[in-house]
Amino acid sequence: MHIPDGFIGPGASAIAGVGAAGGFAVAVRQAKTYLTDRLVPLAALSAAFVFAAQMVNFPVLPGMSGHLIGGVLAAVLVGPSAGYLIMAIVLGVQALVFADGGLSALGLNIINLGGIAAVGGYWLYRVMLRFSNRSPRSVVFVSGLAAAISVPLAAAGFAVEFALAGTTTSVSLTSVLWALIGTHVLIGIGEGIITAAVIGAVVRSRPDLVYGAPTYTGQRTEDLVA
Amino acid sequence: MADGHVHALYLHGNSVLHRVAPQIKIVAAFLIVIGIVVTPREAFWAFGLYLVAIVALATVAHITPRFAARRMVIEVPFLLVALLLPILGGGSTVEVFGLSLSQAGLWDAWNILAKATLGLSIAVILGATTQMPELLVGLDGLKMPSIVTAIAGFMVRYIDVILSDWSRMRIAMASRAHGARWITQIGPMARTLGVMFVRTYERGERVYLAMRSRGYTGSMPASAIPAAPVSQWMLGGAVIAAVWAVAALAVLTR
Repeated sequence: MHIPDGFIGPGASAIAGVGAAGGFAVAVRQAKTYLTDRLVPLAALSAAFVFAAQMVNFPVLPGMSGHLIGGVLAAVLVGPSAGYLIMAIVLGVQALVFADGGLSALGLNIINLGGIAAVGGYWLYRVMLRFSNRSPRSVVFVSGLAAAISVPLAAAGFAVEFALAGTTTSVSLTSVLWALIGTHVLIGIGEGIITAAVIGAVVRSRPDLVYGAPTYTGQRTEDLVA
Repeated sequence: MADGHVHALYLHGNSVLHRVAPQIKIVAAFLIVIGIVVTPREAFWAFGLYLVAIVALATVAHITPRFAARRMVIEVPFLLVALLLPILGGGSTVEVFGLSLSQAGLWDAWNILAKATLGLSIAVILGATTQMPELLVGLDGLKMPSIVTAIAGFMVRYIDVILSDWSRMRIAMASRAHGARWITQIGPMARTLGVMFVRTYERGERVYLAMRSRGYTGSMPASAIPAAPVSQWMLGGAVIAAVWAVAALAVLTR
């Protein structure tokens, strides 16, 4: 469930759109420099996984469910720029074909889930990894922790946007927004567990492919043949 | 592979809207929604005109009310929030059916209801008349960087593989008493997801290496994208211009 049209004022939506597009251009340039051809299917699979996972709701409390954001998962697997691109592609296709999230709010959604959750969560992961022993086990744990924190962060991003430029002037929604962030702490726990499980499975079987892990090699297909 | 992967939002048909080049539909959808969103909420007549135009477009595309209603369910949580606003809102109140409702809250609710619903209908029409591979062609036609279309193209082809893998593994889990109803089952569920990811990746890598060894270098060779005919651009431009004219008039006369 993403921000629909008309929730945030047009001015702020436009600024967010320009910002998200600028981020997109930077991410494309950076991703081209390191996304070797072997990483393209991995990036695409991460995108498909994020897309599919956003359709699967997992239980949080009785009667309440949440779905994966997948930002940190994608960024740790294929790097922050490609992670941002993945979130932008997923959100774009969802808004265009699945009518999930407003077209005019696409910039806001990309900033929250691509900018804050994926890129912000990735840097959180890098900083926390520096304080660990950098073993595969801590890669898994730290990525899960960063993913868990990234969810309420993204919700807080929405809360700030809504407080600054929400079209709603009648009600002070402060309490509602705190409740929103609170439930996202719970959803974040699920996100952290699933992210850790997936990163764990990939690190165990293909440590050379995980961009955020110290074992990453950055090989191209040609290196395999040679 | 082309036919088996029709997504649930697509409506089979051969209407004018199905045939319009996808890049025009993408551009038009964005610009129309922007026009709707900048319209001041006091301009009821403008929203009425948008509704008429959207119903006309939907009729041209042979979209039935039932189909549209099923697609719009996604909006329900936001509608519930919108409905709370008149009750929670402060300031001057009005009597409606014996309920004392906040005037400002009613305006806020109307604003969200009208814009979100109209914007959603535009996306539903786009989704109903455009298949995902066509959407990729449209993004290519709009000069998206090749790295983006490559990722998006693979993504679209993997989604169905992942979803069917996932449902198979969920059946396997359920038949072993892991129904995934409660948070304690998130452990097995997460491990299943991890296994599924590696499994799907290795399948995808095999396919990718097979494509590489047959000469794939990053873009599909035969995707000779037909340039959108000028007449279609003019048709799309006319619809956009009409919406923007209404929006401009509404802004100027507020």
